Amino acid sequence: MQALEVTDLTVAYQDKPVLWDIDLDVPEGILMAIVGPNGAGKTTLIKSILGLITPAAGNVLIYGKSYAAQRQIVGYVPQRGSVDWDFPTSVLDVVMMGRYGELGWFKRPSAHDRNLAFEALEKVGMQDFAQRQISQLSGGQQQRTFLARALVQDAKLYFMDEPFQGVDATTERAIIEILQNLREQGKTVIAVHHDLQTVQEYFDWVTLLNVRRIASGPVADVFNTENLRRAYGGRIAFLREEKAAGD
Amino acid sequence: MELLIEIFSDYTLRTVALGTAVLGIVSGALGTYAVLRRQSLLGDAMSHAALPGVVLAFMLTGSREPLVLIIGAGIAGIIGTLFMLVITRFTRIHADSALGIILSVFFGFGLILLQVVERLGLPNRAGLNVFLFGQAATLLQRDVIIMLIISVFVLAMVALFWKEFKLLSFDRDFGSSLGFNMVWIDIIMISLLVLAIVIGLQAVGVVLMSAMIVAPAAAARQWTDNLAVMMILSAIFGAISGITGAIISSTGAGLSTGPVVVLVISSIVLISILFATKRGIVWSWYSRLRNQRILRLEAILNDMLKLAEQHEDPTHPHALVVLEAMGHMQGGVRNTLNELINRGWVVQVDSTHYSLTPAGIEEAETFLVSED
Repeated sequence: MQALEVTDLTVAYQDKPVLWDIDLDVPEGILMAIVGPNGAGKTTLIKSILGLITPAAGNVLIYGKSYAAQRQIVGYVPQRGSVDWDFPTSVLDVVMMGRYGELGWFKRPSAHDRNLAFEALEKVGMQDFAQRQISQLSGGQQQRTFLARALVQDAKLYFMDEPFQGVDATTERAIIEILQNLREQGKTVIAVHHDLQTVQEYFDWVTLLNVRRIASGPVADVFNTENLRRAYGGRIAFLREEKAAGD
Repeated sequence: MELLIEIFSDYTLRTVALGTAVLGIVSGALGTYAVLRRQSLLGDAMSHAALPGVVLAFMLTGSREPLVLIIGAGIAGIIGTLFMLVITRFTRIHADSALGIILSVFFGFGLILLQVVERLGLPNRAGLNVFLFGQAATLLQRDVIIMLIISVFVLAMVALFWKEFKLLSFDRDFGSSLGFNMVWIDIIMISLLVLAIVIGLQAVGVVLMSAMIVAPAAAARQWTDNLAVMMILSAIFGAISGITGAIISSTGAGLSTGPVVVLVISSIVLISILFATKRGIVWSWYSRLRNQRILRLEAILNDMLKLAEQHEDPTHPHALVVLEAMGHMQGGVRNTLNELINRGWVVQVDSTHYSLTPAGIEEAETFLVSED
């Protein structure tokens, strides 16, 4: 069973195509990076899979069913910069939002939900910050908070929009450990990633995107100079040849 | 005190104060979301957009019943909001410009309608002007009862949708991904905001009602980092300014309530921006000064410890000139030394020599450790 199947996905903003005819087949239990230059449509791809953007055409199946039917098994980590971190709320409260979907309309979080949120904070090493106001967090701590919120969703398939953006080296290692942990539990993680140098180290699969799907598959098969050049055009010079070729 | 007794004994004043307290509470509470979602201008546009609704409702029914006018105001406010959504959705005009357009077009239309009513010489027309700047003294007991009923409904809805409204305000996309219909939640929130605005129109007026939405919440944000506390505080600030404004305008020489209310709530905002703990300007200025002083204390202790390391006796006295030469700051060394003496970390040996006390050595060493 494929965790995610996308066929013919096309998104356009005012007649300008942002994603063109995207096909994706993602097996269960892998970590997959989505890479591509700025404006390639990486965030748009995730958002249209999650129904946050209405695609012009295309079909999305999650474990063989529509997203609406499978919401409960999908977790989402938006870009850190997409929210106002000066919002008057605590870290624990943000993490608890991950339980809202399960709770449904009008039901308030219970002690059980608090415990789950606290456990998720422990997993990301943020238990000491539970009561901290979110504006007092560093970039890495914000990212961990968002990750904890996704963990508390207890999903099978995770979409993460730049989970390593603006975090320090320690946090990056901590986050990748959490992702690998998820994979060991048979979960699937699809993450927008910016650092081409770490794709081979961190991920099993990679999708190269630039409005169209350039390539998608196991890192060893598709993460090569030719595909990178096709995705990035001439801007790939900084990546060493041997590294891109898969050592 | 005399005033307080007067409020509770005077029937009219009691009614008026109750009415403005209620509108302050509701607009303060709903304003919390408007401020946090950076939609302050939305309240402004909706209250201005309500004016033609008030006048049209009067023209169509010939009645000045507050309930009729409130319904007219509400419908116009909602139509204004829909126009704004349509403009931002189907054109390239941004939300702020769309709000500006709605605000001025609807308000201008409302002013023209007011003049038309005047020209036509319709019966009962006197008093419609009240809706421009508000006159709390015109509130009757039945008006206040209507306001109370609407307020209880609005606040109950806020309690019911607490979790959903928080999600909408903080992370709309995440909310959608969880399966909540964020568009509907948004529509419900905006409708409640319209209700909060229309119940205040008679007392505060369409021109300045937006201040009752924005100002209490902006002031409350200065004092707390908790959403529920912020909302309660905002409601309290709203109530205080509403009551104060109503009393001043009822007893004074025919002042409109709107401007008086705005002056009161503006003072609360000013005080909050200046003196709030943590976020206030004065507070952060004070804590910066305090930090600087502590840094200076630590720097001198550090210098004295370094000097003492060159002697057998760590409490060996040092000359003021040496400390001043070592200091990276100009002057202030003697003041800092006096502070250190007060804390018992340094003693003055003679007029120009100072030495560390055992407690001072300990302090300097712990500081050095924590620095590493």
